[in-house]
Amino acid sequence: MSGQPHKRRRTSEPSEIEERLESLICRVGEKSNSSLESNLEGLAGVLEADLPNYKSKILRILCTVARLLPEKLTVYTTLVGLLNARNYNFGGEFVEAMIRQLKECLKVNMYNEAVHLVRFLSDLVNCHVIAAPSMVAMFENFVSVTQEEDVPQVRCDWYMFAFLSSLPWVGKELYEKKDAEMDRLLSQTESYLKRRQKIHVPMLQVWTADKPHPQEEYLDCLWSQIQKLKKDRWQERHILRPYLAFDSVLCEALQHNLPPFTPPPHTEDSVYPMPRVIFRMFDYTDDPEGPVMPGSHSVERFVIEENLHCIIKSHWKERKTCAAQLLSYPGNNKIPLNYHIVEVIFAELFQLPSPPHIEVMYTTLLIELCKLQPGSLPQVRSSTETKKRLKRLNAFAKSHCILSFDRSDCLTQDLEKPKPKFVREVLEKCMRLSYHQRIIDIVPASFSVLSPANPVCIYKYGDESNRSLPGYTVALCLTIAIKNKASNDEIFSILKDVPNPNQDDDDGEGFTFNPLKIEVFVQTLLHLAAKSFSHSFSALAKFHEVFKTLAESDEGKLHVLRVVYEVWKNHPQMIAVLVDKMIRTQIVDCAAVANWIFSSELAHDFTRFYIWEILHSTIRKMNKHVLKIHKELEETKARLARQHKRRDSDDDDDDDDRSTDREDGPLEEQIERLQEKVESAQSEQKNLFLVIFQRFIMLLTEHLVRCETGGIDVFTPWYKSCIERLQQIFLQHHQIIQQYMVTLENLLFTAELDHHILAVFQQFCALQA
Amino acid sequence: SCISLHTVLMTLSVTTLTNLSCSFRQLQEKSLKISSTLYVGNLSFYTTEEQIQELFSKCGDVKRIVMGLDKIKKTPCGFCFVEYYTRADAEHAMRFINGTRLDDRIIRTDWDAGFKEGRQYGRGKTGGQVRDEYRTDYDVGRGGFGKIIQMQKANHQPAIY
Repeated sequence: MSGQPHKRRRTSEPSEIEERLESLICRVGEKSNSSLESNLEGLAGVLEADLPNYKSKILRILCTVARLLPEKLTVYTTLVGLLNARNYNFGGEFVEAMIRQLKECLKVNMYNEAVHLVRFLSDLVNCHVIAAPSMVAMFENFVSVTQEEDVPQVRCDWYMFAFLSSLPWVGKELYEKKDAEMDRLLSQTESYLKRRQKIHVPMLQVWTADKPHPQEEYLDCLWSQIQKLKKDRWQERHILRPYLAFDSVLCEALQHNLPPFTPPPHTEDSVYPMPRVIFRMFDYTDDPEGPVMPGSHSVERFVIEENLHCIIKSHWKERKTCAAQLLSYPGNNKIPLNYHIVEVIFAELFQLPSPPHIEVMYTTLLIELCKLQPGSLPQVRSSTETKKRLKRLNAFAKSHCILSFDRSDCLTQDLEKPKPKFVREVLEKCMRLSYHQRIIDIVPASFSVLSPANPVCIYKYGDESNRSLPGYTVALCLTIAIKNKASNDEIFSILKDVPNPNQDDDDGEGFTFNPLKIEVFVQTLLHLAAKSFSHSFSALAKFHEVFKTLAESDEGKLHVLRVVYEVWKNHPQMIAVLVDKMIRTQIVDCAAVANWIFSSELAHDFTRFYIWEILHSTIRKMNKHVLKIHKELEETKARLARQHKRRDSDDDDDDDDRSTDREDGPLEEQIERLQEKVESAQSEQKNLFLVIFQRFIMLLTEHLVRCETGGIDVFTPWYKSCIERLQQIFLQHHQIIQQYMVTLENLLFTAELDHHILAVFQQFCALQA
Repeated sequence: SCISLHTVLMTLSVTTLTNLSCSFRQLQEKSLKISSTLYVGNLSFYTTEEQIQELFSKCGDVKRIVMGLDKIKKTPCGFCFVEYYTRADAEHAMRFINGTRLDDRIIRTDWDAGFKEGRQYGRGKTGGQVRDEYRTDYDVGRGGFGKIIQMQKANHQPAIY
């Protein structure tokens, strides 16, 4: 026996084997030198051999890939089929594990993943793992959910979607085995789809016109696709089915029956996916040179789009991998893949209420795709309404020179019309990513009316000619003092000399609302700090005390915002960052910002993009603030609970109440304080939304009344923009707003309201009805 | 009484030194893992705070931007720090802004342990970044030739024919 220690053992550590199994399973189906079939065969052999020792691990990995890698669905169902053929019991255990996983997903509202599991189970019918009749029985239970009473429509929608969206994979097999039952299911489906409400649809449509591409409600579209599939005798040619190659092996396998599946009942905590509208931008007329695009009602279109969406979902964090995976989607030469990819990306980008992933991901993904396929990405022909996301996309993409569009028809129109407005906003966004002179240089002279303003600050006390303005001399004093690094106290004493135009309101303290004081101080300071964001932020920080005092009242806060606007109206980006800082340092509050946005001084800019950027950012800050305090409260409660637990376990029969009280005291006090903080924050949050909705209603009603009495058309560009902005508030913050439905219905969106405005509220209610 | 550094080093064993530098590296790695600050490099000298704010805001609310400055001239010298309020937002920037263009230059982002006063200055001998001392290419956005090449050119004797 050699004295050398054995460096290689016959078997590796268990954890190494488990890692290797996971890696083998995850990687099967990717690019390889051998064929997919031989890889699957080989892997099935390896796994079969490892079943005695690693069965539960293998079960877990397979269940996970079924849930998380739906784009490789048929690869894994084939694998399971092969394993079931070799080991009947394992097949049974896998099916049971999948059912457990499905129930779990439904319990915790993971509906998108649940759809993948249902589809996986249905494809297992094709692999002879599950008996067709039992799958039909499960679908019967799904469809019967539409008979439930007093449940939200979105619940029935989901079960219907889970059934219909599995049919491209398994429709043929199920119909062959159980045609009568399937016909019954399909006719029940048809009657459900006919009677369901579609109030929500207008709110979710991206384009307001139906030309050139109608935007269908997602279930309607899917139903048309399944109807066509049935008419084609369930012939489906796009899906890759590796199990076909193993037919001789698989048909020898014994099948399992799915246990009877009762859909878990609806509870108060159930949150179902929101309905969608299918976004289309291409059809068979696009790319006449290449392969024809499958029609909008072909099941191939559905399958391709589903798979591409799944690929994005799996790989969005790594843009290079994502682009590569999208471009290597099989069927490359039979379908216009690049068009599908672009359409799917834009569909996600334009999805309402919000895209599934952060917007900037889509722009960088498009850039990566362009790098891999230069010159072959399709031109985006966009001939309809504007969308703020397209604006952002355009600006970012312009800095990478991808998109170009011809907008010469913008110049002849009223500047408020969508097309010229769109161009103006895009140019402004482009300027933010570069600089003013560059935009002036690249925009042709004929377009100059659409160019953004030079972002310079406007200081009203700057010129000698403004000598006569009240406060001019104080402004001069202040300028010198600030340049000489005056303290807050010195600033206060200089400002004492400013007369108050609201003379009768002044009680002599000097701390009541004095608009002139605010004007002089804020104008001067912002002017001195105009050089950069950092300079302005330093100024806000250094003179925070002065700001807080001057802006103590609600009118004070509003006036500070007004002056900021007056100084920086040419530089919307600066306004946005200043307002952000002032909220964060509590110089102004969120409600003040909301009131300022709806004020008459801002009416001219009301439909400009930056205003809504500011409002949504303000709402988001409010929401994050509430969440933060809530989290603090929960953490403190948890600490108290842990303290109790520790005491209970140490405790014998010691009854010393006083000592336990003393221990709990500080934490309980903290919890009480935090509880108050949470309540006050939540009330502030609710108030913010109420203010916003109230002001919207006032503004829109005013317009509607004016139009009615004047006999003019309601649908001006301003009105359309305004209504869409109201919809946007609902959609972007729907989760929070859901809490206020009763208040909104009883207080603001009552039956007396003009039907134009009420419709928006009703459509929103329909989204979770 | 003073102990010289030399003595200290000699009395410490190699293992201790290795352990110390390992711990330091671990601490550094740990702080990078929780950081929400990014170092941004290869900026043009003319890129403004506004442009950086606009670009990086796509990934979340920006807490602070600190422009990298030439130590002598106190003007931007091609790098900056971007700090987000949350780590998640910074991760998005690493995923989607790193390697894309700003002012027509591919910019690079890296995790940073956190801004400390003094780190905003270039550490090159002539005041800018070290890389601008030694590079040999002509980069219009970063002051032209590297500093050493510039000095060589300035000292160059005209050819005598």
